[in-house]
Amino acid sequence: MTGSTFSRRKIRGNLWMRIPAVLMGLMAALSVSAKTEEYPFPINLPVGVTEISRDVYGLHMLIFWICCVIAVGVFGVLFWSVIFHRKSKNPVPANFHESTTVEIIWTIIPFLILVAMAVPAAKVLVTMEQTGDADMTIKVTGYQWKWHYEYIGEDVGFFSVLNHEHNAARQTGSGIDVSQFPHYLKDVDKPLVVPVGQKIRFLHTSSDVIHSWWVQDLAVKKDAVPGFINENWARIDEPGTYRGKCAELCGRDHGFMPIVVEALPQEEFDAWLAAQKAGVEEDAMASAQHWETEELIARGEGVYNTNCIACHQAGGQGIPGAFPAITGSPIATGDASEHAALVINGVVGTAMAAYGQQLSDIELAAVVTYQRNALGNSVGDAIQPTDVAAIR
Amino acid sequence: MTATTADHEHHDEHDDHGPVKGWRRWVYSTNHKDIGTMYLWFSLLMFFIGGAMALVIRAELFEPGMQITNPGFFNQMTTMHALVMVFGVVMPATVGLANWMIPMMIGAPDMALPRLNNWSFWIMPFAFTMLLSTLFMDSGGPAAGWTLYPPLSLQGGTGFAFTIFSIHFMGISSVMGSINIVATVFNMRAPGMALMKMPLFVWTWVITAFLLIATIPVFAGAVTMLLTDRFFETSFFSAAGGGDPVMYQHIFWFFAHPEVYILILPSFGVVSQIIPTFSRKKLFGYDSMVYATASIAFLSFIVWAHHMFTVGMPLAGELFFMFSTMMIAVPTGVKVFNWISTMWRGSLTFETPMLFAVGFVVMFTFGGFSGLMMAITPVDIQYHDTYFIVAHFHYVLVPGAVYGIIGSVYYWLPKWCGNMYDETLGKWHFWLSTIFVNLLFFPMHFVGLAGMPRRIPDYHMQFADWNAIATIGAFGFGFAQLLFVYVVVKAIRSGEKATDQVWDGAEGLEWTIPSPAPYHTFSTPPVIK
Repeated sequence: MTGSTFSRRKIRGNLWMRIPAVLMGLMAALSVSAKTEEYPFPINLPVGVTEISRDVYGLHMLIFWICCVIAVGVFGVLFWSVIFHRKSKNPVPANFHESTTVEIIWTIIPFLILVAMAVPAAKVLVTMEQTGDADMTIKVTGYQWKWHYEYIGEDVGFFSVLNHEHNAARQTGSGIDVSQFPHYLKDVDKPLVVPVGQKIRFLHTSSDVIHSWWVQDLAVKKDAVPGFINENWARIDEPGTYRGKCAELCGRDHGFMPIVVEALPQEEFDAWLAAQKAGVEEDAMASAQHWETEELIARGEGVYNTNCIACHQAGGQGIPGAFPAITGSPIATGDASEHAALVINGVVGTAMAAYGQQLSDIELAAVVTYQRNALGNSVGDAIQPTDVAAIR
Repeated sequence: MTATTADHEHHDEHDDHGPVKGWRRWVYSTNHKDIGTMYLWFSLLMFFIGGAMALVIRAELFEPGMQITNPGFFNQMTTMHALVMVFGVVMPATVGLANWMIPMMIGAPDMALPRLNNWSFWIMPFAFTMLLSTLFMDSGGPAAGWTLYPPLSLQGGTGFAFTIFSIHFMGISSVMGSINIVATVFNMRAPGMALMKMPLFVWTWVITAFLLIATIPVFAGAVTMLLTDRFFETSFFSAAGGGDPVMYQHIFWFFAHPEVYILILPSFGVVSQIIPTFSRKKLFGYDSMVYATASIAFLSFIVWAHHMFTVGMPLAGELFFMFSTMMIAVPTGVKVFNWISTMWRGSLTFETPMLFAVGFVVMFTFGGFSGLMMAITPVDIQYHDTYFIVAHFHYVLVPGAVYGIIGSVYYWLPKWCGNMYDETLGKWHFWLSTIFVNLLFFPMHFVGLAGMPRRIPDYHMQFADWNAIATIGAFGFGFAQLLFVYVVVKAIRSGEKATDQVWDGAEGLEWTIPSPAPYHTFSTPPVIK
């Protein structure tokens, strides 16, 4: 029913053992047209859960069947000729080679078919572009390689990154069986939560390169272009979890920045939003107070797993030649203020972003302290949120 | 004519003015046949290099999880595979065919500008050495996709400059080659060879040449702006400096949409030669074929933004590009209908060139159908950047453009080397290729529709089975091409002697000269009735 359903099967083990299953599945795919929840061979667009996604699905099937009808006609004539006009059956060729009448007919008929297609297509397109009268607005910002969501007017915003167990499993040669994760590469640490039944306008932009925010079940896909703001919209009918992907090549980890949208009934959404707002205040208070080193380390682990792990890796070892190690690095074991300043300001001309714009004081303090006292480092010092505020 | 000394003792007795021996023959060559041969061998070599990259990609995608590449190298492979296949395989192969065949088809003694011809070939090996060398640099090869979209492409290291320069050189080569073809066709046709009597292959190539001359400089400008943005602190495409990253996409696709017709039109021409020959019947609707080709070429300039429907465009722009894109189906349909009408009530035989031509018509039309689906903007927004797109353009390029090229090699090889190829092995090559190419690309429609984005090295288990099938197809298709090399080499070295006519249904000037074609042909213009 949706793109997120699948049949969970063991995929490692003897690869050649899979081939008979694959061939059987191929035949099944050719003979079975209905797609069930557990269907292992997905073959079509999902219908989705918005009015537009259903319209899009309808258009898709309409043009598909038109193509099928044309194909039967065209290939029918071609194979008729291949079978019955071969030299053994038709030793003397006909010699017609021109007919203005048929040329005009087969120019005009396809043209009329196209006009018939263009009308409903244009209607759906016009609806898709009507982004006005939204009940709420969410700004989506693409980063290499994560998404940031901001609820406009609500003072709530957060990053959403690939689930870190999946992230560990997807490292080359990790040896981890990825089939154990039911939503492999489709899960995030913190999904975008939205209410059902509301017209949600999405604003899209990017902080670095072009990304594209795509959730198939909502029939939304829009490029996130740095310096520009694009918009589209969705009104979700059914509560549920809808999964998407970055669709525009955005560098090394393009394949690893999934999108999860959780659609909740209005009351549950309101409760969730209130909890988020409380969390923002809590964060502000936390940034003002003094913390023990152990508390910062514990809090920093989560921040690290969300923001740093993609490049610096789970053990802090980095990737030689591409991303420096944190373990034993002169920065992470040197002066704490300089370390914090580097994280806040980033390193120009490298993939190291300026996290001062992305993280709160408490998060920065926690992650710097974590890096100094974990991942094989044991400097023993800590940096406080108030110190971070001073460095900013 | 060449200034080299005559050599009467070698090759066959038709040579009144043979080639010099050794490396000078190839390096100094101004002979259209030698240069055509070099273009074809070059593109064959690049076909295996680009194909090896495709196999790296397919091997990684055989099952979920990352097994053999890291994501950065994977992106280099997808980018390089495309650059090599587009600029290093299909384009040089079609230029090679043009070099060999256009003078022989219009009754000209050689290309109009033989020294330019030498130069346009010899740039290519250097350009590609430079491009491929980036893979061995610290910064790695280009990894932003063959489209080189900024700002991503600007994150490339010093290797990026080599990529840009190699694209400049390929462009210079293409433009010179195109000027040469235009000059040849408009000035060197034998008396009586009116434009509307020219073989379709010549027509499609002239139109292709105009497309190249019009668009390659635009591309050169775009990549030069990338170069200065990356190394000289300009901001053409950087919003922070007042530029516009989307502007690059407009400029790029203004080049790259005509470019896709540059890749396919010569194969349209080839198929329009092969089908009448093996149907023993004249091409149906010659005039409408010429007009349809010209219409496709014209439309190719006003549809570019259909590659960019998700980029954020005004509604009016989306509607315009949707309607103009749908229009392309009309002349393309005319071509397909004409090919089938040519076969209708013909007297068909299915030698290998005909198999590839009929395979072309069927599978190119598959790609045409998915292309029509993509013209529908609201749906294309869902298809965009998925494997459905990958399936579409591989259908039109592999069993499309590449089949046209392979078919033409089988078709004209007896004329080139004087020997027939092994028909049984040729048929094996066709059937193996066709089975595997469909295993390879057909499942991509399904995974794309089900939500698999393109250019990703790893994926969810729901896509595992189709990807495994595609990978099996890829390796099968790749190894089947070794058979092609064997058949070609075997025909060059031995084989049944070809007659001058070669195919009993063939018509055209190239079949009036001996097989193999002498080193110089039509020193005296033929008489066209």
